[in-house]
Amino acid sequence: MKALTIARREVSSYFDLPIAYVVLPAFLILSGLYVFVLQPFFLVGRATLRPFFEFAPFIFTLFVPAITMRLFAEERRSGNLEVLLTWPVGDLALVIGKFLGAFALLALALALTLPFPLAVGAIGDLDWGPVIGGYLGLMLLGGAYLAIGLLVSALTHNQIIAFIGGFAVCFTLYVAGKALPLVPPALAPWLEAISFDRRFAGIARGVVDLRDVAFFVSAIAVGLGLCAEVLTARRWR
Amino acid sequence: MIRVVELSRRYGPVVALDRISFTVEPGEVLGFLGPNGAGKTTTMKILTGVLAPGGGEARIDGRAADGRDGEFRGRLGYLPESAPAYPEMRVGDYLRFVARARGIRRRDVAPAVARAVERVGLGPMLRREIRALSKGYRQRVGLAQSLVHDPPILILDEPTSGLDPNQVLGIRALIRELGRTKTVIFSSHVMAEVQAVATRVIILHRGRIVADGAPAELGDGGRRSLIRAGGLPPAALAERLGGLPEVAGARVVDGGVELEAAADGDAARAAAARAVVEGGGELLELRPLAADLEAIFQRLTSGAP
Repeated sequence: MKALTIARREVSSYFDLPIAYVVLPAFLILSGLYVFVLQPFFLVGRATLRPFFEFAPFIFTLFVPAITMRLFAEERRSGNLEVLLTWPVGDLALVIGKFLGAFALLALALALTLPFPLAVGAIGDLDWGPVIGGYLGLMLLGGAYLAIGLLVSALTHNQIIAFIGGFAVCFTLYVAGKALPLVPPALAPWLEAISFDRRFAGIARGVVDLRDVAFFVSAIAVGLGLCAEVLTARRWR
Repeated sequence: MIRVVELSRRYGPVVALDRISFTVEPGEVLGFLGPNGAGKTTTMKILTGVLAPGGGEARIDGRAADGRDGEFRGRLGYLPESAPAYPEMRVGDYLRFVARARGIRRRDVAPAVARAVERVGLGPMLRREIRALSKGYRQRVGLAQSLVHDPPILILDEPTSGLDPNQVLGIRALIRELGRTKTVIFSSHVMAEVQAVATRVIILHRGRIVADGAPAELGDGGRRSLIRAGGLPPAALAERLGGLPEVAGARVVDGGVELEAAADGDAARAAAARAVVEGGGELLELRPLAADLEAIFQRLTSGAP
């Protein structure tokens, strides 16, 4: 319940600050440019949203750290974290609250892209399986990125460092799958196992494998758990 | 009751607190006095559970100060230095948020916020954004945050720092008022403030307690005075006063002569007044000098009486 109180405040802060009014249009414009200009599906001649689902995991590596960077770094910089730590809100509840607030913004960003499939579906014969899978995959992938961004944000009091750090980790996990042909064969299975891109691609094909879902859910749980540990460990700093 | 036993804390190689012990009874208003780096903030952070103790223990009503203990957190209100909050929020929204996060039931939120707002005098500011408030009002927002759940214990870190003189008086009056129903611990590096507000003072210096007692006991009893006289050159005046049995020393300072009483400050001042008049001078000014923190530290840490 307290996590929801925290989450609600985070959402209104996104609009008061006003981060949401910058980040949401930027995400929509960049995605739109990619889908309609760089990969003009009119020319491809097929009703598909694949370009969007190929581009979104990349743009998320920038978009997600931008919405998580301030969540703890700013609380640390302002000293407000010490106020929060004296309220009867558990460290994990605080982390989950911040995560849910950021996740709501991410979900809103994705909801605002729904005109893409609706428009494409109106023009051509769209296969809705990969679209639904793609959106589910983006929620899971975005959630995992959020957990990472949140963890990095808890490690610093500088928002820029939180952003660059979050981007570096998310981007590395994003390209890990693409680096498969370049690494020694012995490493390949390990790399494939942690590749966000591979897991996501499976779900985005419309094949929802529970192992892939469990992978992202576990990544979220580990990220949030570590983040709560970071807060707890600050007491012994 | 707050009981602190042999509490220690280091930050890496730096010793911030060195085995301090004290207890605070309900209803006391305790002032922590000391220069920056003396250990005031560290002690408060440990009491509020923001920092873990390095050694020893801190207990509040028998419960170990542990930031992970929700019940423990509910009994305390804490205002850190600089009173951080969310600048983009409106005062009312912020306090309602604090109340909800504090676990106050939805229907009790409005009365709890109204009571806190009334206590700290924030009524006209409820709809303002926190970033648009003056430092004094921001401090009040921080105070309202610390008492929205009506805790029995308040811990306030330098609640008057950075405020203008009127705001300082307002906050002091508020602390005294709160002290009637709550145990209050606050820190300051202004001697006069602690004397005006606290019922008890602990002076910290380099992580140790160098004095613990009622504010009046910690002054020097007005043993130093400043005297200014007409018709007598300062050097002659100092020499004359220095010879009095009630006076331990007299020296020329900016604006007159400073007296150090041999024992009682009032006796020394009475003798000095007589001596000026009998010496043919005119007494223009004679007043006890307030003991400043520096002087008290020098006295306490040099081992002199």
